[in-house]
Amino acid sequence: MDNTIKGKVWKFGDDVDTDAILPGRYLVLTGEKELAACVMEGCDPDFSKKVKEGDILVAGKNFGCGSSREHAPISIKGAGVSAVVAESFARIFYRNSVNIGLLLIEAKGISKNVDEGDEIEIDMEEGVLKDLNNSKEFKIKPLPEFMRGIMKEGGLISYLKNHLAEIKDE
Amino acid sequence: MSMTMAEKILARAARLDETKAGNIVMADIDIAMTHDLTGPLSVKSFQKIGVDQVWDPEKIVVLFDHQVPADSLEAAQNHIFMREFVENQKITNFYDVREGVCHQVLPEKGHVVPGEVVVGSDSHTCTHGALGSFATGIGSTDMAMVFATGKLWFKVPETIKFEIEGKLGKQVYSKDVVLNIIGQIGADGANYQACEFGGETTSNMSVSDRMALCNMAIEMGGKTGLVEVDDKTINYLKGRVNKPYESFSTDEDAESLTTMYVNVTDLEPQIACPHNVDNVKPVGEVEGTPIDQIFMGSCTNGRLDDLRVAAEILKGKQVSNDVRMLVIPASREIYSQALEEGLMNIFVDSGALVCNPCCGPCLGGHVGFLGPGEVSLSTSNRNFKGRQGSSEAEVYLSSAAVAAASAIKGVITDPRK
Repeated sequence: MDNTIKGKVWKFGDDVDTDAILPGRYLVLTGEKELAACVMEGCDPDFSKKVKEGDILVAGKNFGCGSSREHAPISIKGAGVSAVVAESFARIFYRNSVNIGLLLIEAKGISKNVDEGDEIEIDMEEGVLKDLNNSKEFKIKPLPEFMRGIMKEGGLISYLKNHLAEIKDE
Repeated sequence: MSMTMAEKILARAARLDETKAGNIVMADIDIAMTHDLTGPLSVKSFQKIGVDQVWDPEKIVVLFDHQVPADSLEAAQNHIFMREFVENQKITNFYDVREGVCHQVLPEKGHVVPGEVVVGSDSHTCTHGALGSFATGIGSTDMAMVFATGKLWFKVPETIKFEIEGKLGKQVYSKDVVLNIIGQIGADGANYQACEFGGETTSNMSVSDRMALCNMAIEMGGKTGLVEVDDKTINYLKGRVNKPYESFSTDEDAESLTTMYVNVTDLEPQIACPHNVDNVKPVGEVEGTPIDQIFMGSCTNGRLDDLRVAAEILKGKQVSNDVRMLVIPASREIYSQALEEGLMNIFVDSGALVCNPCCGPCLGGHVGFLGPGEVSLSTSNRNFKGRQGSSEAEVYLSSAAVAAASAIKGVITDPRK
């Protein structure tokens, strides 16, 4: 996990649900690239063609509400998105994203102060997000320590490979 | 220490004397359920860990319900993939295409036990808390961890307890109660929390009505739904669960408990309007809205009680020619009982389409797709944009009574009239 990330912003609203991120009709798919081709289709059918490697999604409250489908964060990660920043996240989506190593960042006030197309810089070490277009700065809420451990090792699968024996004994 | 029901169950599962909200615990999983739609990803993640055998094949339930029978080449391939996993891992609790919706079949077959921890790779796993278990939806990678280790970490949730009081009026049901609560507190009003339902009204509800309450906990962000075990639960479990179990209840002075009082005496039938489950209005405000398709079914309201309510309204009447009505019993057991009671004759005679037990149009991934501009009234749990097909379609959510009354008129209708 890099300590600083920079990327172009795509804006979304409140309560973006998992059907908007990855509609139910694509749940038969399991490949990262196939899923990436349908990412955010419920919000913008052409989004997969517009989004570029390293871009950042910025949204309002309760991002990822709804289904437990891991297809949703996989499609976002597969599209090359480097982070999702939101006012808050829904619970299952949050866990799923950490588990697959998709970076999620909670930052209060972000959705009203950052515009689509802005470039933002996230400094994980300092816990600060900066909009390079309007110089506004936001504090980011750090991941709980336990989850940070999972992220650092590249997601839950790598974490399990490294710690399987101790988890089984716990 | 005073604890909530959720804290007590998680403490037991983590082999601790006590735990409190905010703690991270590693819990032993009693039952892990996966289905045809999220199963393939779970298995693929499991295979990456490098463990050959699942931790306990008897504690895993695999069930096909979302795309049954297979409606595409991809679905058929996913089914084959899962059947191979079941065979290789010697999983005995396997329900192929014939049984119905996971959140009905699991309790019916006795896999849901009070005081135990149930995880499912489906967000509506919270339904099972209606029998006093701690049940929650998880993703595929978390499921892979469970397959490999039999454990999963949890942040112990705070509890919001809904004390529901008052007698429900004619043609007002548990679905109306829970929609009303979601309308009040919002789609993230209980985010990360355990949603416990109590009070006199909950006590008076049948187990299936309680399942509808708990099923919708996720629609307010809840981690699980919960109802304390009582005589009705014990009766339901008779002949299904043949092992001893522990019942837990919330201590009134538990630190992490918030209580919300809900009086339902004057509650009207409630409708969740497009495109959010918390966009809830009394039926009077949307009466007359034209409907193209009605879906009567799902893990929320596809149970025998719901079919009885709908059949009573439809008896001797015709579904409007302007509407397609799909009736989908939640399980084979329900289907069979409905046949025996003559309910299916009523549906067929009224012009409704009866389909095999499955998730149906709920998730827009199998039968009954909506086209652009079409409107659905559904007894299921989600009305997100695009949920049942086209993103230019609209979905309204209601009880079985509103769905049946609306089927006759072809427009959203108050079933009390």
